[in-house]
Amino acid sequence: MTNWLHHIPILIVAVPLISAPICILFTFGANRKAAWFWTLLVSWFAFLCSIYLLNHVLENGIISYHLGSWEPPLGIEYRIDLINAFVLLIVSGISAIAIPFGRLVVDKEIEPDRQILFYTTYLLCLTGLLGVTITGDAFNIFVFLEISSLSSYVLIAMGVRSDRRALTAAYNYLILGTVGATFFVIGLGFLYMVTGTLNIMDLSDRLTHLADNKAVHAGYAFIIIGLALKVALFPMHVWLPNSYTYAPSLISIFLAATATKVSIYVLLRFLFKVFGFSFDFIPLTLTFIFLPLAITAIFFGSVGAIYQTNIKRLFAYSSVAQIGYIVMGIALSNTIGLTAAVLHIFNHALIKGAIFMAAGCLVFRVGKLTTYTIRGLGKEMPWTFAALVLAGLSLIGIPTTVGFISKWYLLLGIMENGWWPIIPLIVIGSLLAVVYMWKIIEAAYFFQAPQDRAPVKEVPLELLIPLWVLVGCNFYFGIQTEITIRIAKEAATILLGNSP
Amino acid sequence: MLEAIFNHYNYWLIIFLMMTGLYIVVSRGNLIKKIVGLNIFQTSVFLLYITIGKVNDGTAPILTGKSEIFSNPLPHVLILTAIVVGISTTALGLALVVRIRESYGTIEEEDILVSEGHQTEMELNKIQP
Amino acid sequence: MRHHLVLRVIAKMLIPFILLFGLYVQFHGDFGPGGGFQAGVIFAAAFILYALVFGDDQARKVVPDKALIVLVPLGLILYAVTGFYGLFLEGNFLDYNVLLNSPKAGQHIGIFIVELGVGITVAAVMISIFRAYAGRTRAIDDEDW
Repeated sequence: MTNWLHHIPILIVAVPLISAPICILFTFGANRKAAWFWTLLVSWFAFLCSIYLLNHVLENGIISYHLGSWEPPLGIEYRIDLINAFVLLIVSGISAIAIPFGRLVVDKEIEPDRQILFYTTYLLCLTGLLGVTITGDAFNIFVFLEISSLSSYVLIAMGVRSDRRALTAAYNYLILGTVGATFFVIGLGFLYMVTGTLNIMDLSDRLTHLADNKAVHAGYAFIIIGLALKVALFPMHVWLPNSYTYAPSLISIFLAATATKVSIYVLLRFLFKVFGFSFDFIPLTLTFIFLPLAITAIFFGSVGAIYQTNIKRLFAYSSVAQIGYIVMGIALSNTIGLTAAVLHIFNHALIKGAIFMAAGCLVFRVGKLTTYTIRGLGKEMPWTFAALVLAGLSLIGIPTTVGFISKWYLLLGIMENGWWPIIPLIVIGSLLAVVYMWKIIEAAYFFQAPQDRAPVKEVPLELLIPLWVLVGCNFYFGIQTEITIRIAKEAATILLGNSP
Repeated sequence: MLEAIFNHYNYWLIIFLMMTGLYIVVSRGNLIKKIVGLNIFQTSVFLLYITIGKVNDGTAPILTGKSEIFSNPLPHVLILTAIVVGISTTALGLALVVRIRESYGTIEEEDILVSEGHQTEMELNKIQP
Repeated sequence: MRHHLVLRVIAKMLIPFILLFGLYVQFHGDFGPGGGFQAGVIFAAAFILYALVFGDDQARKVVPDKALIVLVPLGLILYAVTGFYGLFLEGNFLDYNVLLNSPKAGQHIGIFIVELGVGITVAAVMISIFRAYAGRTRAIDDEDW
């Protein structure tokens, strides 16, 4: 008998992959609900798999799965340690909670005859993100990265029904995303040229002896620039605000919570595991490039957010700032800083998931979201706005929320390095978050509803329940911090340690 | 010196193509030209990989029974995948351009920005009545 | 299109050979250069040539849109089924060795089916892409030249 539990590492990728073409076949019944339900089942299956994998890794250590029974480094290996198990949980978890939310908003925002194709593309995007996270083969990362990117361009462009700017946003993302991915491949080419291997473990083994090789240096530069484009690290973030703004609500939730996180994971993997500290340019990049860029990102993103009148765009700019916090944690390059970075990958997924979900509820009722159209909605949609405010508190970093935990660890990490001048900057960054959250609260609670808008009702329970589950997670993991901090700490130790 | 340059002519070609492609992507305002630039840029990467795979005096990697020196087939396989990715990117990009032209009536970036700027101004006027 | 006699005759002559060459590249792919990707593209080129010469409407009668909606996923499903079938035979995903009695025969049949799946999907996708663009605008009449 086949031991199916042994095959979970491949099933978590292969099942969403195969369910995408099956989903197309629903066009024959023109059955939109079935396509949605199918996507829901697959998402939950992936979520269960990732919980199993995380548990297994916590108890038994690293899992290595060989595709086609070819031994690595010759064959493709799926290698799961604590870090990717954690990121897998984030991606599939957000998908599992976003899809139940998605049915009504997709019905409203996407043309009926395109919905089945929409879910198909969504499944491909999920496959890509899970695949990037789980694989232990460098070229496989590129392939899955392109699967997820190409499908997300399509998904963003599907927002065209509400605003034609979705097209130009998707186009710009396509150009920059492809340039980023191609840079990544050029870098891989250089590494392959020198080492003759693509398996990540093997690559890092062989690279330790090649610290002075010029081709390796060039490869490193290409890979880091390419990944920074995908991460949307300032100043390579220009594709991000428009994409998140004009995408359909479901896609804003999913991409904001997962896509950049997965790229950050790849960045972490390459910085610390493939290259590592045997290269003297790694600390150099971290301190003199990533740290200033992270600080600029925090300020640029937060100040940019303050000046926005479009609500979704405001939160997209805030995402740029939050990526700055994560990269700052990476740039600290001590255990606590990396713990903060890994924690914030998880926490920011929860925060931005909840916020964009609340924005999705508002779009469902109001359509276009600006600080003008949401005036007075605080009284008309009390539950949605309560959730938005609570998620906003988490974004600012009020104690008992997840946002506080990651910022606290970030501050501890900075203190350990003795970089005191940065601490006020973090505090100012949080204050800027207060300013842009206040803009929304002010508009929603302290202004009269505009005359030309008909009164709106609260959104149905089907939308409120997933929203409040995510908000609940924001507080649950802000109070019950043991499990996430334990995972993040161990992940940081793995990243910094010499052991594979 | 000169020998070092000419012996690596393939790399010079790749660098030339790479820079040409990237320059077109950055400098042209026509959306289709940008995609053409992107294509040239990607093609240079295909060439880079194929150059890596070449072994001097190597034949095509087909099993004939005799032991021969043959070129490394792996980069070719990798690049086959990258070509497929490139085709999908081009198809998707052109499809977006078609849709952009249908809704904006132009494929020049500047004209699109102008019509967008107009729209945002109208939005602003609506916000502050 | 009626009076493009040379084009029509040459196309009619060429199309069978293109299809044949596509099949050769597909099925000879496990012995020599070739494989699903190339074969799929060549195969699709024949249909695209047909559509160019005889018009999009005529081509839609040969390969209806509904057929494409089946063929695109079919290839992928074929590929994945081969992968999953290995799981039932206690191998890993895409493990061809366990498909038949001997690993050699298993490898052969495994690659054959996977490449066939790839070929079907690539051909169908290429025709779909062509059709998506061609169907977007009004057909160009002869007088417009």
